[in-house]
Amino acid sequence: MGKHRVAVVGVGQTKHDSARNDVSIAGLLREAAQRALDDAEMTWKDIDAVVLGKAPDFFEGIMMPELYLAEALGATGKPMLRVHTAGSVGGSTGVVASSLVQGGIHERVLTVAFEKQSESEAMWALSLPIPFQPPLVAGAGGYFAPYIRSYIARSNAPSHIGSLVALKDRRNGLKNPYAHLHEHDITLESIQGSMMLWDPIRYAETCPSSDGACAMVLAGEKVADAAAKKPAWVHATAMRSEPGFFAGRDQVNPRGGQDCSADVYKQAGITNPRKEIDCAEVYVPFSWFEPMWMENLHFAEEGEGWKMTEEGATSMTGDLPVNCSGGVLCSNPIGASGMLRFAESAMQVRGAAGDHQVDGARLALGHAYGGASQFYSMWIVGADKP
Amino acid sequence: MGKIKALEGVEPVTMIDTPARLDYTFTAGRATSRFLKGLEQKKLLGERSAATGKVYLPPRGADPVAGVPTEEQVEVADYGVVTSFCVVNVKFYGQAMECPYVCALVVLDGADIATFGLIQEIPYEEVRPGLRVEAVWVDDSELGTTLENIKYFRPTGEPDAPAESYKEHV
Amino acid sequence: MRDVAVVSFAQSKHERALPGINEVEMLMPVVGQVRDQIGLDKNRVGFTCSGSTDYLAGQAFSFVMTLDGIGAWPPISESHVEMDAAWALYEAWVKLQMGEIDIAMVYGYSKTSPGDLPDVLTRQLDPYVYAPLWPDSISLAALQAQAVLDEGGTSEREWAEIAARSRASAKNNPNAQLTGDFDPEAILAEEYLVAPLRKHDCPPITDGAAAIILAADDAAREFSKRPAWIRGLEHRIDPQSLGVRNLTRVVSLEQAGEAAGVSKDKIDFAELHAPFTYQEVLAKRALGLSDEVSINPSGGALAANPMMAAGLVRIGEAADRIIAGEGDRAVASATQGACMQQNLVCVLEGE
Repeated sequence: MGKHRVAVVGVGQTKHDSARNDVSIAGLLREAAQRALDDAEMTWKDIDAVVLGKAPDFFEGIMMPELYLAEALGATGKPMLRVHTAGSVGGSTGVVASSLVQGGIHERVLTVAFEKQSESEAMWALSLPIPFQPPLVAGAGGYFAPYIRSYIARSNAPSHIGSLVALKDRRNGLKNPYAHLHEHDITLESIQGSMMLWDPIRYAETCPSSDGACAMVLAGEKVADAAAKKPAWVHATAMRSEPGFFAGRDQVNPRGGQDCSADVYKQAGITNPRKEIDCAEVYVPFSWFEPMWMENLHFAEEGEGWKMTEEGATSMTGDLPVNCSGGVLCSNPIGASGMLRFAESAMQVRGAAGDHQVDGARLALGHAYGGASQFYSMWIVGADKP
Repeated sequence: MGKIKALEGVEPVTMIDTPARLDYTFTAGRATSRFLKGLEQKKLLGERSAATGKVYLPPRGADPVAGVPTEEQVEVADYGVVTSFCVVNVKFYGQAMECPYVCALVVLDGADIATFGLIQEIPYEEVRPGLRVEAVWVDDSELGTTLENIKYFRPTGEPDAPAESYKEHV
Repeated sequence: MRDVAVVSFAQSKHERALPGINEVEMLMPVVGQVRDQIGLDKNRVGFTCSGSTDYLAGQAFSFVMTLDGIGAWPPISESHVEMDAAWALYEAWVKLQMGEIDIAMVYGYSKTSPGDLPDVLTRQLDPYVYAPLWPDSISLAALQAQAVLDEGGTSEREWAEIAARSRASAKNNPNAQLTGDFDPEAILAEEYLVAPLRKHDCPPITDGAAAIILAADDAAREFSKRPAWIRGLEHRIDPQSLGVRNLTRVVSLEQAGEAAGVSKDKIDFAELHAPFTYQEVLAKRALGLSDEVSINPSGGALAANPMMAAGLVRIGEAADRIIAGEGDRAVASATQGACMQQNLVCVLEGE
């Protein structure tokens, strides 16, 4: 029988912010879901199944919140799944939702991912004391900083690369009305003058903590063909996981990410990713991850990712614009961030990215990662059918 | 949406604070228990995987690559080399240390994997990959079944380890 | 739809509290066994999916550490649901339907012993109006049980008989935790725990793990002489609010059972995930099972209730009996959420 085609026919997201005190958790995700349904010109009744994703439940202090959110999600009487794959969850959720259509099981799937970090102690939850170990590692930044330092040493990257990424993404964010951070006065100097949090990561090179949700409506071929707006066809999906610690592990350029991207390129028939992909939405929570992921995603040779940033290749006017939405550096509702990457890539090939649209984008990559750079979920979407 | 007359003019409740507390009793597990008991004796006991021959410290009970238990205990030195590090300058709830402090990845001699360690007795700008460090233990009378027996790592004063020797860990 | 079957099932010896071992050490032998007992090389597994929850472990990202126990190298295609592993099986089944892989591994586990389960489960409720009241899971079940009693058609006696039958059946289950011969009269003479429930009406607290291998088409026949084919696999959810639904009926289970085609043909036996005795009555009604159907030959969740794995265990226990030729058609169910809020149904058939 083989895979059925699936396309994104609706996208919605909330205005991301440090504290959305105007909505409850249910209100937050309905804002995104309703926008996605409106974009798809569908109603709640049209949906066959719901797939929800979010990061650790210790964040908001609610165990399995999808259970109490069933009604808010319009899932009563329907199949509902809750995916949780650490930071990559927003992406994995998109992959699972796609598989429901690709497997011929449903025709219209609503997928939502969210995090209401203002109602949680995210830093605490991320640094939750692991029993029998002294609490040294200061959250995600503290964990990744030594590996970023290793990347800089390996690649001989000049020290300002991280700041260039932060500047680009924050400036891109100004063109995205939904982004959390709209830093109108940001400059390279202001970034380089900001406080070091976990040397070599500066405050201004770090993602914010955001409240936000993202939703997509995925549909089978017949429904997508009849859609009022241009669909984004899913050309490939893949997930990879590897253990976080083992002797000989490369934490800077993990094999899981390399294999996952190779898989999506193969499925999509892409042999030269740098040339064939028009733009990418890549999970960059700390600015140095951009050059690292450019290598991991086979866009640049090992050790050369930073050159793409320096030459402007990843800017909106470059040959491979990365994170035109402003990326995770502008908005980081952790559970939703991966889905935002997937959704923004879909918006690009639908021509629906407004002021941050890449002209003529027809093939885009969405990427998410999580854990100790050990969980990866990716997809490729296109304006044409695969 | 209907309005309730009695509530007209009443300030709506938009936020509630609900403290919650759950108590958990954690089990260290066999491998961690062996490791912690060794620490009480001021020994760092790693475990070797029969499948790959690699020595894990702290032992995790499983060789993650093969998915089999590690069983052979191997005593690992309490000195080794810094392979990377960061300087932590941000406070967070539950933090044990005062900022700024250096958190480093240290590969102890005999182990095949790095462990996180606090570095002290050296200005943080001077911490570098290749720095040879040794553990500073608490007084014998304070030893317990905990990694906190090691207060921190400090430079041994030896010349830096050549990059080749720890290349695979960077 | 591709033909997908359960070809291997393994579980730990379920205990109140597995002494001195952590989740990885508990899971590893089960995962090893589920592959080894059919001679499956780990590199042939095309997709892995697990079910677990952080709140039982008391650690965020707890499922990450168990990845160490499955040998995820070279990197594997893997996913996780914060749900009972029966839903992880669902995700794996969907993946197999896509046609790109033929073999999937599913596992679920929990150490419930670290925390106080009834208190932990209060965190699973609406955070604004329910959770701050800390209504423990037994009290909520008792609320539902009382409603069921009041409606008529069942009795505390029937529940005591279910409790006794379950633990007696469990004597034949080497992995079960709570086994033995109990007299329903003696049970009825006991004090209530939370009226109208007595201790015997409630599941044990269990540490345990389980794993299943799914295979499609010829791959299933390669690994099993008599695969347990999945002929129906459906799940639905009801609203959480106790005041919004009729607690004497499990509508989502009825819907899932109907969609899965339970009543299309004769059912020989059922493994119903009913952690509380009265819930077996509700599940039997929801699925339209006659009195001829043998229920929970394994002893069910009343004999061992490893949270996040108990639903998967029902599917595995049913599959094992089909594979052994003890029946030709069976139904397994999984439930999660207070008062059976979300339910999954799996119909299995021998060739």
